[in-house]
Amino acid sequence: MKVAALDQLWVYLSGNPLLSLLVTLLAFQLAVRVNRALGGTPLLHPVTLSIALLIGFLLLVDMDYATYFEGAQFIHFLLGPATVALAIPLYDHRERVRRLLLPLLVACVTGIVTAVASTLGLAMLFGARHETLMSLAPRSVTSPIAMGIAEQIGGIPSLAAGLVLLTGSIGCILGPPIFRLLRITDPAVQGFTMGLAAHGFGTAHSFARLGAVAGAFSGLSMGLTGLLTAFLLPLITRLLGLG
Amino acid sequence: MPLIMGMSMLLACQMLGELVARGLGVSIPGPVIGMVILLASLMVYGKVPSSLRSTGEGLLRYLTLLFVPAGVGLMVHGALIGADFWPIVITLFAATAVTLAVTGWVLARLQGRRARRSS
Repeated sequence: MKVAALDQLWVYLSGNPLLSLLVTLLAFQLAVRVNRALGGTPLLHPVTLSIALLIGFLLLVDMDYATYFEGAQFIHFLLGPATVALAIPLYDHRERVRRLLLPLLVACVTGIVTAVASTLGLAMLFGARHETLMSLAPRSVTSPIAMGIAEQIGGIPSLAAGLVLLTGSIGCILGPPIFRLLRITDPAVQGFTMGLAAHGFGTAHSFARLGAVAGAFSGLSMGLTGLLTAFLLPLITRLLGLG
Repeated sequence: MPLIMGMSMLLACQMLGELVARGLGVSIPGPVIGMVILLASLMVYGKVPSSLRSTGEGLLRYLTLLFVPAGVGLMVHGALIGADFWPIVITLFAATAVTLAVTGWVLARLQGRRARRSS
């Protein structure tokens, strides 16, 4: 046994997609466990926690993001088919959607315009740069869709994805106290609102904390919001002369 | 085979979506168009094939894991985030709060009016 052999092994491993793929899965499992041990608190979401763990790991072993992504892209690739699969919960709830179509659509469009306008307005007011603005704009939409939109309107897809994730965890923290403040008790309304403002995080939170009805409505509004934002956002940014 | 069949259907819809997006030069992500194509096909077909359901729901169950690789990309944007740190933090918190409040309020009012009318 020579020490040099270990060195070479590390050189081999760190250039191999295997390592980053495995590390990503391990970090996620660890994060889920830690979150569960802390009682599922929205303050430390498994996704934000695993991202922090992985960034720490990459900095520690001095691996750059491009090398990491060579392996992690196999997980990343599945976002495309997963977005397509959002059609399944939408189809499952088509009856409820048809019955409530008008209120849901009005609330959804209002919510999207509010989200985009308040985001762009506040970010411009505080002097954010153009790329930041365009990456912030789709932040309340589920990541796979948001990344596509950010790319289309001149933002940075991976920055947009990160901001979407942060928005999701913030939405889970802010949602319940806001519902209490506005005396919103209907689980369908709560779920729909969570899905609109906090996409997949809101949906997971609704299923876990607010019940099945809230979860279903949340999944529905996540799909609907993603779809409508993909159509509306390019129009809104062009209207504001930012596109 | 069901996993392969379900995956083929999802990928086929995504590919069609990408082709439509590129072909027409529209600014909508390909997978989103793929989602619309799948939804329309399900409406026509009348039910969700079990192979598609098991694959699709499996993917959606682990949706949060799929975000992780892109999220790690935040490390590349350290400089940009540092430069725009406060605008980003304030915007994320304030805009999310406003969005939650407005959406919840609007939907609660619309639903309440509908319920009163029908009762």
